[in-house]
Amino acid sequence: MTETATRLVPFDEALTRYEPVIGLETHVELGTRSKMFCGCPTTFGAEPNTQVCPVCLGLPGSLPVTNAAAIEFTIRIGLALNCTIASWCRFARKNYFYPDMPKNFQISQYDEPLCTDGWLDVDVQSDDGPARVVRVEIERVHLEEDTGKSLHKGGSTGRIHGADYSLVDYNRAGIPLVEIVTKPVPGTGALAPQAGRAYVTELRDLLRALGVSDVRMEEGSLRADVNTSLAPAGSGRWGTRTETKNVNSLRSVERAIRYEIERQAATLDAGHRVMQETRHFHEDSGITTAGRSKEEAQDYRYFPEPDLVPIAPSPDWVAELRASLPELPSARRARLQSEWALSDLDMAALAHADALDLVAGTVAAGATPADARKWWLGELRQRANAVGVELSALSITPAQVARVSELVASGVLNDQLARQVLDAVLGGEGSPDDIVRDRQLAIVSDDSALLAAVDDAIDAHPDVAGKVRGGKTQAAGVLVGAVMKATRGRADATRVRELILDRLGAA
Amino acid sequence: MTAELTRMTAAQLASAIAAGEVSATEVTRAHLDRVAAVDGQVHAFLHVPSELALAAARMVDDRRAAGQPLGPLAGVPVAVKDVFATADMPTTCGSRILDGWQPPYESTVTRRLREAGAIVLGKTNMDEFAMGSSTENSAFGPSRNPWDLTRVPGGSSGGSSAAVTAFETPLGIGTDTGGSIRQPGAVCGIVGVKPTYGGSSRYGVVAFASSLDTPGPLARTVLDAALLHEAMSGHDPCDSTSIDAPVPPVVAAARQANVEGMRIGVVTELSGEGYQPGVLTRFGEAVELLESLGAKITEVSCPHFVYALPAYYLIAPSECSSNLARFDAMRYGLRAGDDGTRSAEEVMSLTREMGFGAEVKRRIMLGTYALSSGYYDAYYGKAQQVRTLVIRDFEAAFEQVDVLVSPSTPTTAFKVGERVDDPIAMYLADLCTIPSDLAGNAALSVPCGLAPDDGLPVGLQVMAPVLADDRAYRVGAAVEAALTERWGHPLLDEAPALAAGPGRSGTDD
Amino acid sequence: MSITRDEVAHLARLARIALTDAELDHFAGQLDVIISAVARVQEVTAEGIPATSHAVPLTNVFRPDELTECLTAEAALAAAPAVEDQRFRVPRILAEE
Repeated sequence: MTETATRLVPFDEALTRYEPVIGLETHVELGTRSKMFCGCPTTFGAEPNTQVCPVCLGLPGSLPVTNAAAIEFTIRIGLALNCTIASWCRFARKNYFYPDMPKNFQISQYDEPLCTDGWLDVDVQSDDGPARVVRVEIERVHLEEDTGKSLHKGGSTGRIHGADYSLVDYNRAGIPLVEIVTKPVPGTGALAPQAGRAYVTELRDLLRALGVSDVRMEEGSLRADVNTSLAPAGSGRWGTRTETKNVNSLRSVERAIRYEIERQAATLDAGHRVMQETRHFHEDSGITTAGRSKEEAQDYRYFPEPDLVPIAPSPDWVAELRASLPELPSARRARLQSEWALSDLDMAALAHADALDLVAGTVAAGATPADARKWWLGELRQRANAVGVELSALSITPAQVARVSELVASGVLNDQLARQVLDAVLGGEGSPDDIVRDRQLAIVSDDSALLAAVDDAIDAHPDVAGKVRGGKTQAAGVLVGAVMKATRGRADATRVRELILDRLGAA
Repeated sequence: MTAELTRMTAAQLASAIAAGEVSATEVTRAHLDRVAAVDGQVHAFLHVPSELALAAARMVDDRRAAGQPLGPLAGVPVAVKDVFATADMPTTCGSRILDGWQPPYESTVTRRLREAGAIVLGKTNMDEFAMGSSTENSAFGPSRNPWDLTRVPGGSSGGSSAAVTAFETPLGIGTDTGGSIRQPGAVCGIVGVKPTYGGSSRYGVVAFASSLDTPGPLARTVLDAALLHEAMSGHDPCDSTSIDAPVPPVVAAARQANVEGMRIGVVTELSGEGYQPGVLTRFGEAVELLESLGAKITEVSCPHFVYALPAYYLIAPSECSSNLARFDAMRYGLRAGDDGTRSAEEVMSLTREMGFGAEVKRRIMLGTYALSSGYYDAYYGKAQQVRTLVIRDFEAAFEQVDVLVSPSTPTTAFKVGERVDDPIAMYLADLCTIPSDLAGNAALSVPCGLAPDDGLPVGLQVMAPVLADDRAYRVGAAVEAALTERWGHPLLDEAPALAAGPGRSGTDD
Repeated sequence: MSITRDEVAHLARLARIALTDAELDHFAGQLDVIISAVARVQEVTAEGIPATSHAVPLTNVFRPDELTECLTAEAALAAAPAVEDQRFRVPRILAEE
C-alpha cells in the first residue's frame, strides 16, 4: 500500500506556530541472570527455543515465580529516578492475543506500579547556544515480562506486511522488562528533538551506572517509544499525541520527534486533526508511517494476577538499596568536570561526542585529562566519522590510548608516529607496544645515529647549509625535513634542529 | 483374593505391601482387572497405561526385596484427574483442544505421589477444564455413578470419584474450585476433601480459576483421604500461592476422631428452598449424631453466603477466560482450519470453536464480559468485594465455633441429561461448597447415609478455618466411625455390585 | 435484557471463538439469564470494603536469580502443530488488507 506524499512543514517554521509536547516510554531488558518468572537463561543470541521451560512457554499448568533480583533492580531504578517506591503493589494480567505471547496475556503492572512520581534532570544541548536543563518528570516505573520474537516469512521485506507465515522463537519470552514512562514534557520548544534524545541518553547512562542492564539499543535491551503532540503557540492546551515505535537508536529518537513535528504541523496547517495513533519509524528514510489502527480499540481487561502474591518492599530494604546506589551520571559528570577543571562548553563537547566514559577510562589508565581529550576528540573522532561509527565502536581501548599518550609524553613517539600507531591498533595489528616494536616506529634517540643523517643532509644541501651558517636559522627547516625523511619520521624534530644548528655552528 | 484386594482400604493395602503379605504387582494387577471389568459401564478412566503401572509396581516390589525404605503409599494405586500434567501419559482436561497432548513435565502433586510410592493407575474423566458438576461437559462422554449408572457421579472430578466408588482404585485425586471434589464425593458416597487453598501445589495443574483451584484427595475412608492428603500436600517453591507451613496433622486427627467438647456451627443459610428433603433429613441426623458424640451444636448465620454463588460465577469465569486464552493452536494441541490462506487469528478462532465445549465457551464469554472496561467494577470488582465479606463471615463464625457444617450439596445424584440444558440448575449443585472456595479454608465431605427418598448417598460437609484442615478430619472421622458402627458395615457395601459387563479392553500404553 | 446478541458476538470475537449463528442465538439467551443471576452481587453494599484478590494473604514470595534446567528445543517443539528452523511456525499474523 503506497502512501500519498506526506506534507511537511519545515521544522523552524513549524516552531514559529506550534509548541511541541513530548513524552517517552522506554523498555529496558534487565540484566538478571535468569528470566522474570522462571530460571531460564537470558543470554542474547542463543539457538532458537533452547532457553525455554514450561513457565516461559506458558504451558498448561505452569506457574510464575518472581525473580528477586528483578524487583531489586527495579526499585534501584526507581530510587535513582527519585521515585516513590510502593509499599504494596501487585502484578496484573494484560490480556490480548498475539502469537509471540505464550499465555496470550502478559504479566505486567497496571494501576499499582512499583515506582511512581520521579524526575530526571537532563542537559539539552543545541548546536548553537548554551545547554538547558530540562526536568523530565517520571510518571511510573513498572515491571513486566518480555515477549518472544517472530520472523515474518514470505513477504519481500521480512516485515509483517505481506508475510505468508511467521516463525516464533520464545527465548526472549519472560525476560524481565522495566517500563519507564515520563509525564508529558512541555516547554522544550525547538529543542524538543534534542531533549528527547538527551533524556534517553541520560537514562541509558544512568541504567548502565546502576548495572541493571547492558542497555544496547541495537540489541533491543533498551527500546524507546516516542510520543509527540503539537498545539498552537500560546493556546495553553495540548494537542493530540501520536506514539512512534521502532525507534532503534539515539539518533532516531531525535529524528522521529523532528519528523512528527513537521508532519503534524502540516496536518494542523491544513485544518485537519492529528489522529491519535501508533506510528512506525523508518530508519532508512527518517519518516513515520501509520501503524495498524486496530490497536487503538484494545481493551486489555486488566485484573490482578492471581498466580502471584503482592510485593511489599520493606522500608528497611528500600533504605538499604538507596544507601547502596552508585554515583549517578550527573553527579559523576560534575565531579569529573571539577577534577579535570573543564568549562561547561568543554564538558558539553565531551557529552555531545559521547566520549565521557572513554576519556575517563583513558585518564584512569594514566593519561592526563587534556591528552585524553585531545586524542579522543581529535584524531579518533576523525577516524570514527570517516567510517560512520560511534567512538565507542572503534577497535581501540582507553588503556591503549593512554599507552600511546604515555609513549609520546616520554619521547618514544612524536605526534606523527603516534598517529601511525593509532591507525595500526585500529587496523587490528596489536597493542601499541607490539606495533612500535614490529614496525620500529620508535624515535631514534641516539644522537650519534642522528648525526649521520644530519651530515648527509648538510652535504646534500650546501647552499642551505651556507645560509644557516650565515645566521639564517629559519632555513634550517629544509635540513630538518631532510633528516626526518631520511629517518622516516623516527626523530624528534626539535632535537634534529638543535643538532643541525650545533653542527653548523649556528646554535 | 483379587476381589478382596480391591475392597481393601489404602491404609490396609499400604501395610500389607510393606509387610510383604501381598506384592505391589498383585495389587496393581487386581485393580487393573477391576478396571477392565467395570469401566466399560462406569467410564471413569480416559487413559489406563497398564504397562507403566505394572512397571511402577514392580519397582516397589524390587525396593522392598532389596530392603530399601518404602514411601507411605508404596504400591497403592491412585487415579489422577486428567487435569494434572503427567510426563509419561497424555493430559486432556476432558477437552478436544488438548486431545493427545503429552506434557514435557510433571505436576508437583503427582511427582510427590510417585515419590511416596503410589502407583498412577490412570487419568480420569472430568468436566472439560474442570467446569461442571457432572462430567457431562467432558468431550469424551460422561462418567456414571456406580450407585446408579443412569445418574451422574458429580463433577468436575467425577471420574476420580466414580473410580474410587466402583473399587477400581482405593485413592483418587481431583481439584476443587467450586466444589469439584466434595460434591462428587458426596453424591458417590465417598470422602472428598478440599484442603486449605495453597496447601497443595498447583504447579502442573491446568488452571481453571487460579485463586480457587485446590488439588485434593478422594477416598472411601477418612483415614485414606488423610494419608493421601499428607502425601500430596506441602509447600512448593514452584507455586507462588503455595503456603510455606507444615501440612496440618490430618492423619493424626483422622485417627483421633473425637469431637468431645468441639463447638460445631450449623450454617443457617445453607438450607431451605432448593434442598432435597431427604438430604436435609440425613443432614439433620448427622448433626444430632455429632451432638450425641459430645459436640456442642449452635446455629450460625453467614449472611453473605447467599451471594457466594453469583460472586463465584463472576470470579471463576473471569480468571478462566484469561487462563484458557493460551489454547490458540500455535504451540500445542488442536489446530483447525490452517489451509495456508487463513490468518493466525482466524485459525485461533476456528480451533477454539471446534476444540471447546459449550460450557467452556459460555464461561469464557461471561468472564470476558465481567472484565471488560465499563463492566469491571460492577461485576468482577464487586464479586471480589463480596469475597471479602464471605471471608469475614467465616472469620466471625470461627470465633464462635471450631467448625461449620452443612449438607455438601443440595440434592443427591441427578440423572444424566437432567440439567445439561439449564446452566443455572447445574450451578446450584455448588451452593454449599462455593463459600469455602472463595475463602480458601479447608472443607471435607463425608458420607452420612442414603437419602430416604431415593436411596442415594448424602454427604455432610465440615468446614474448618484456614490451615485447620485437621479439625475437619477429626469431625469427619468421628461421624464415619459412629455411622459405620450404627450401620454395621461401610456405606459402600450397600452399593449395587457392578456385574463384570462389557469391560474396558486393552491397555493405553 | 442484560446482554444483546451483538454484545455476545463482540465477546466471542474478543475471546477468539468463531461461534456459529446458531450458537450465538443459543448463548445469547443463556448468557442473558446467567448475567442477570450473577448481577445479584450488586445488591451488596460494599462501600469501603476492599476487594480480595488472594484469599490467603501471602506477600513477597520470590525465587533467587539462579539458572534452572531448560527444556531441550526438541521437547519444547514436540507438540507444536508446525515447526520450521527450530521455531514454532504460525499462520500469517496480519489479516488481509
